[in-house]
Amino acid sequence: MNYAVNYVLKRLAYGIISLFGLSILVFVLARVLPGTPVDLARLALGPNASISAINTFIDELHLNAPLPLQYLYWIEGIFTGNWGISLVTKRNVLTDVIEFLPATLDLLIMTAIIILLISVPLGLVAGRMQNTFVDNVIRVITYVGIAVPSFVVAILLQLFLGYDLHLFPIIGQLSPGIAPPPHITGLYLIDGLITGDFGAWVNALWHLILPSFSLALGPIAQETRILRAAVVENQNRDFTLAETSHGLPEGLLTTRYLLKPSIIPMLTVYALDVSSVIANAFLVELIFDWPGFSRYGLNAMLSKDLNAIIAVVLVAGILFIIANTLVDFTVSRLDPRVSEEMGD
Amino acid sequence: MISLVEYSKDVKFSKIAHNYGKYWYKFRNNKLSLLGLGLIILFIALAALAPWISPYPSSAGLYVNFANSLKPPSLAHPFGTDELGRDVLTRVIFGFRYSFTLVGVVLGITVIPGVTLGLVAGYYVKRWFSVLIMRMADIFVAVPPLLLALAVASVMRPTLLHVMLAISLAWWPWYTRLVYSQTTTIRNEDFVRAARLMGASPIHIMFSEILPNELGSILTKISLDAGWVILIGAALSFVGLGAPPPTPDLGTMISEGSIYLPNFWWISVFPAIAVVLVILAFNLLGDGIRDMFSSSIR
Amino acid sequence: MDEGAERILEVKNIMVGYKVYEGELKVLREVSFYVLKGEKVGIIGESACGKTTAMKTVMRILPSNSIVWGGQVLYKGKNMLAMSKKDVTSLRKHNLSMIFQDPSSALNPVFKIRQQMYDIIKYSSDERLTKEEIHERAIHYLKEAALPEVERILDSYPFQLSGGMKQRVNIAMSLVSARELLIADEPGTALDVTIEDQIMRLLKTIVEREHISIILITHSLGVVKGFVDRVYVMYAGTIVEVAPTKSLFSNPLHPYTRMLMDSVPRLIGGGVPEGIPGVVPSYLDPPKGCRFITRCPFRMDVCGQSPPDLREIDQGHYVACYLYNEGRS
Repeated sequence: MNYAVNYVLKRLAYGIISLFGLSILVFVLARVLPGTPVDLARLALGPNASISAINTFIDELHLNAPLPLQYLYWIEGIFTGNWGISLVTKRNVLTDVIEFLPATLDLLIMTAIIILLISVPLGLVAGRMQNTFVDNVIRVITYVGIAVPSFVVAILLQLFLGYDLHLFPIIGQLSPGIAPPPHITGLYLIDGLITGDFGAWVNALWHLILPSFSLALGPIAQETRILRAAVVENQNRDFTLAETSHGLPEGLLTTRYLLKPSIIPMLTVYALDVSSVIANAFLVELIFDWPGFSRYGLNAMLSKDLNAIIAVVLVAGILFIIANTLVDFTVSRLDPRVSEEMGD
Repeated sequence: MISLVEYSKDVKFSKIAHNYGKYWYKFRNNKLSLLGLGLIILFIALAALAPWISPYPSSAGLYVNFANSLKPPSLAHPFGTDELGRDVLTRVIFGFRYSFTLVGVVLGITVIPGVTLGLVAGYYVKRWFSVLIMRMADIFVAVPPLLLALAVASVMRPTLLHVMLAISLAWWPWYTRLVYSQTTTIRNEDFVRAARLMGASPIHIMFSEILPNELGSILTKISLDAGWVILIGAALSFVGLGAPPPTPDLGTMISEGSIYLPNFWWISVFPAIAVVLVILAFNLLGDGIRDMFSSSIR
Repeated sequence: MDEGAERILEVKNIMVGYKVYEGELKVLREVSFYVLKGEKVGIIGESACGKTTAMKTVMRILPSNSIVWGGQVLYKGKNMLAMSKKDVTSLRKHNLSMIFQDPSSALNPVFKIRQQMYDIIKYSSDERLTKEEIHERAIHYLKEAALPEVERILDSYPFQLSGGMKQRVNIAMSLVSARELLIADEPGTALDVTIEDQIMRLLKTIVEREHISIILITHSLGVVKGFVDRVYVMYAGTIVEVAPTKSLFSNPLHPYTRMLMDSVPRLIGGGVPEGIPGVVPSYLDPPKGCRFITRCPFRMDVCGQSPPDLREIDQGHYVACYLYNEGRS
């Protein structure tokens, strides 16, 4: 057990270091790329900003100080909750993040669940029934699924299942007239369950389906293929043959003895895909008018709202590292050999 | 008696030729991959010959003809016309041009440095610069490529060049990581040790001994990546951070056309189908390349 | 041999191969053999001669690109190749099992031994067993395989055990379900020679004590000599000679068998010189007649025309070679 804990701590430390590196990268990008401090100010305040406004801007952000010093000021700000003022909302960016992040997290959780629910059975079935009609159908679906961009899926789903068939709502988190559940975390999925407000919960779920599915389709296709490939490879290995020759029933073989070793390569990609949801959600949130973090980020980017852009990239990076650490931990629990091999 | 060096050169060459024959045979057998290859060749041809084969070349630039706008698909305009009266088919063909240029530039910029960095980091593992390279790569990788590209593109002026730069910046570390992990394993193989004992220079070892063994996964990744680059380019354009108008770009076309859904569906749908087909083709091609190099395919 | 004894397993004229990119590999050509109740049978041959393919055909664990052109696998009279999946699983649960060559790859790497043993025991039994009963039986079988510290082993993952221990675990697992027939595919090849010796002794003790029939596959003459009652010699997917052990070693008839015996020091791990193109027959386009024709110093014209039959030359000693076929009807 100690090994596993050590391993996770190590990966976590690794992640935190990466986070610092990320912050430096983001910082450099945001401060250096636009050009001189004056360029930066113009970018943020608009081309018609007055000289005095520009000067105030430069002073406040210490833009004439040496870069490392600027970084320190900035880091200090991050840790004390001063994430800068958003040009769009005119508030502390941190407040914005806290307000908008839960909606995206709702999306994230739902998407993560949908991906697993669909790709695991599909991958197992396709792998076990290799080269049969069922397998070929599944493979075609995966090919197409990977090729279609998420925003195209979103538009199509919205059009056909929303407009035409009226099966699902087209925009927003809740239908008009339904109040959100009492605010504990801000996530409707969780708050609804905790407070027992099932009406709102179900409604929120219904609204989540289309956008989550748009985000999930690509990853589903990807993960199904990987799981299928792993199943195909593992079922030709000696241990599967041995288990078969010992008389283990096929169902048990598939759902336990093939699933566990095969799901491990899939999980690594799963982590990547889930954390990319935050990025891809940009487009989907736009299409579904979802009041989420990604859309906030997108607006920030279109408005050149620097502080907000930095915050968005940083938060996305943090979520990514958390997701990865979680998956690393899960993999190390599943595959005992991993925690034994310490070091790269 | 042939000298050892000449003999080994001959053997190596004939072996490579023989291997390529075998590779092509393996590739040829997979009908889907051939389809992918065929589609890619078709699209590249379309893109290259765009100004000459598209029916209304002026539609690709600044062109307005309101009298002819929003016309459904017909013989004169197989894909219909958009809100400014431009021929959608022409714009799709030119859209391919933009997409492939994007792919070419981005992969061109990222693959060679990315692979080289990976080779160096992998070969000289444990030296300080190797650690540095890999930590840098890890940092870039922590942010999803789309997000990074968006962020970078947003702080720069939206020109074609900047878009390519933004995507490239997000892309190079993946090659470095891929090559790094393979190099660290291969460098312990006997033939590398043998080369070192014979006095081969590190450059020779890295590029002539180790790299050829990694070509399979690199080529596969390039092909699959081409699809992703196009996807990201389309996404960037979709939100308006891509190539500026009136550049015909598939993502922009989907975005601009989406407001006219569902009545004037052809403005969005044809570019969308085009995007999907291109990405699909690259994926099929990539799979074929991967199978080609895979020794476990029977 | 004991003529009245029951033939537990009888394989008749199986023709098995694989489909690959280049075409079809026609590996097994009319392979027939049998095992009596309580008998120890050995199958000898070099790598890639089809021994494992034959065993996989019997256990019906051939890969998806395999082709079975014909033949029968009779287990106590019933053809396994024609049986339903349910019946085959039932046989695997109660009557037969297989031990594989590489002990490491034969154990699922992400599960503890405990989990695997428990499941095998649970699903081999027709009655419902309590957890304590399952645990007791697990300990019983592990002890039968001469494993010390059974509790520790149960709690281990495969990679934490040595090669010898893993192979004993495999044996223990097979004993759960192989009450009548055990197939051992080169059980000692992947182990050190001293460990191999231990494993072979263990197997011998167990099968003799429990009256379990065993098919032992190996490429080592030494292993065969001290262990089995009867030997089949395979070459390139065909049976070329069959004899009781003593008879085979005192009077090897087939040229291939003779060459094997002569080159004993060089044989182990090496085989008759290969690597020269065209010498070992390709399964893609195998010779029409005797498959040993490309390397046989005694080849005659008739050898290339059609395959020689197995003829009984001495009591229980058969050989498939035109050198011994004069006067065939």
